[in-house]
Amino acid sequence: MPALLERQKYLIDYTLAALLRHKTRNLGLLLVYALLVFLFSSVLLLSQSLRREAATLLQDTPEVMVQRLVAGRHDLLPAAWLEPLRRIRGVSAVQGRLWGYYYDPAVKANYTLMVAPDRDLAANDILIGAALARIRQLSIGDILSLPTTTGKPLPLKVAGILDAASELLSADLMLLSETGYRTLFNPPPDTYTDAVLTVRNRREARTVAEKIALALPGSRPILRTEILRTYDAVFNWREGIVFITLGAVLLAFMILAWDKAAGLSAEEKREIGILKAIGWETGDILRMKLWEGALLSLTAFLAGYALAYWQVFYGGTRLFAPVLKGWAMLYPDFRLTPAVDLLHVLALLAVTVLPYIVATLIPIWRAATADPDAVMRG
Amino acid sequence: MLMTSAMVALQGIALSVAGTVLLASGFAWRILRCWDINSGSELQLRLERRTYLISTLLGFALGAELLSLLLFVHTAESLSSQFVGAMCATGVLNINGFGFPALLLKITVFFLAAVWLLLNRVDHQGRDYPLIRVKYGLLLLIAPLTVAELATQTGYLLGLEPEVITSCCGSLFSSESHGVAAELSSLPPKPALIGFYAAGMLILGVGLAFLRRIWLGPVFAASSLLLFGVAIAAIIAFLSLYVYENPNHHCPFCLLKAGYNYVGYALYPPLFAATAFGLGAGIIAPFHRIASLQTVIPNEVRRLTRLALAGFWLFYMLSTGLILQSGLILMG
Repeated sequence: MPALLERQKYLIDYTLAALLRHKTRNLGLLLVYALLVFLFSSVLLLSQSLRREAATLLQDTPEVMVQRLVAGRHDLLPAAWLEPLRRIRGVSAVQGRLWGYYYDPAVKANYTLMVAPDRDLAANDILIGAALARIRQLSIGDILSLPTTTGKPLPLKVAGILDAASELLSADLMLLSETGYRTLFNPPPDTYTDAVLTVRNRREARTVAEKIALALPGSRPILRTEILRTYDAVFNWREGIVFITLGAVLLAFMILAWDKAAGLSAEEKREIGILKAIGWETGDILRMKLWEGALLSLTAFLAGYALAYWQVFYGGTRLFAPVLKGWAMLYPDFRLTPAVDLLHVLALLAVTVLPYIVATLIPIWRAATADPDAVMRG
Repeated sequence: MLMTSAMVALQGIALSVAGTVLLASGFAWRILRCWDINSGSELQLRLERRTYLISTLLGFALGAELLSLLLFVHTAESLSSQFVGAMCATGVLNINGFGFPALLLKITVFFLAAVWLLLNRVDHQGRDYPLIRVKYGLLLLIAPLTVAELATQTGYLLGLEPEVITSCCGSLFSSESHGVAAELSSLPPKPALIGFYAAGMLILGVGLAFLRRIWLGPVFAASSLLLFGVAIAAIIAFLSLYVYENPNHHCPFCLLKAGYNYVGYALYPPLFAATAFGLGAGIIAPFHRIASLQTVIPNEVRRLTRLALAGFWLFYMLSTGLILQSGLILMG
């Protein structure tokens, strides 16, 4: 075994020296290769951490949400529905929620408005998200005047700004009191936008949902797990689509790698000829060339992956963000939690390194089996 | 239909493996027909050079197959949140009829490619390529399997319908249902445990005897394969119970989850490697009478047998460790 290792060590040694002798040629390929890895791993790291973020955020939300449907569209939920919901066995708490969207023509953006009963807000007090405060240049104590549905302006006093740490959730959020909400939107009395249920045993959520659908046929129960599943599917799908579109880049790279491996310079050919003439076997040349590919791949992979890691977690995710994240006027400014997933590293290896090997195998074999006298002569 | 980056990668691997193996078997066919070591013709010289290409291609295929096996199980695992009723890879592989066949084909191709590379290694050490026909015959057997793998995997991935309610490990690996998995799950723990350690003693005995008597090769290969089966059965029948500390959870895939310290990643590689080495050693051994391999094969076989026994030993040690440190009392 040591002899075998020793042999590989010398081969690597020779290969490294050979790579350094043709610096510029190899550097070009290395750069393109690293760029390819960078593109693929940016997509993967970004979508993976977005999925993780969604899962973390939804962890503390209620298990079941109930909406009322009228003619297939979401409608206001009558307060009388809360009681039958409460009576379902396994449900520990039911809360009617009031929320909605408000289009502000001044900044051409939609706000999310929500009644927060647990915040004890005075009738005209509001709490606003950090992005909203930024864009309207509001601070605590300022008055924000919004036209109500009747056309009359409603002055709202900023009582506080929501923590920037929760910006992913609260960027465009405005929390207000029930009185403020009802004055602004004037919904029919005794109605809610929807209701949320807390289920004592998480595993019973599906059964509870089935009971709700039976008891209130006009309702649509939505499970938290379903929301999570949808997020997963959406991000997976987007990621897959970007991967397939990047396939064209991959193909171009494979052609480049093939071309580079096939088009040996006269000097390289002479080198192989000399090596064979001094006693190297075809297998040794093949191994040397495979080591060359492996070293190049490893360097490019590490460089590309590290660059993507930095770009996604510390560099502001400029690349691919609009495709994977979605966009809005009041977009939250948030930082993703760094994480590396084994599955993704494997997938990445499969889509970047494997094609390189496939593209270079035959040219490498051609070079290794050439006759020494033929290549040296010509 | 679902689509993830891992699926794109899996299809890419399957395509390139099937492609390279088909390419290699095209060459293999010519070699089988025209090979004549005594000839000095240009064709013979070209064929001898081709053998290098084929072994490189097969080496690549084996590496890719290993990656694909890992990725396949891992993808199935990660998709378990997408399907109602699925809680781990079992449920996801059960979504349609292609899941388990694809996995089995992957495992088969992996073992065959490993045996091929070991045969190739020995063949290259003999000066007159004595095993060339055996090798390329085997290659022609591997080729259709890789195509079948590509086909089943494509069928499986295209048929992943999120609306399907699947049944997970709880119902597949339970003693009430039917089929191989259920049969294995309903094995009583005590006889299964005895059988598991008896099989370990058997392989040790056969292995030690094989180190002295080379004609026991086929027996050792068969025992290695048998032990692989016994080990998988043991994992389903009782080892998983000890790991999960739950008398009803028989799943061999949940071992790969973070919740159980990824213990599967320590358990499966020695088992797979040892089986591949054992198969290889046993299959190579009968060729020791060939003149040019008389010194090569006994050495190679001894080395592979030791590696196989070491792998199995590691697997048994890990399993015993898992059983001993578990809080579950299966046999009072």
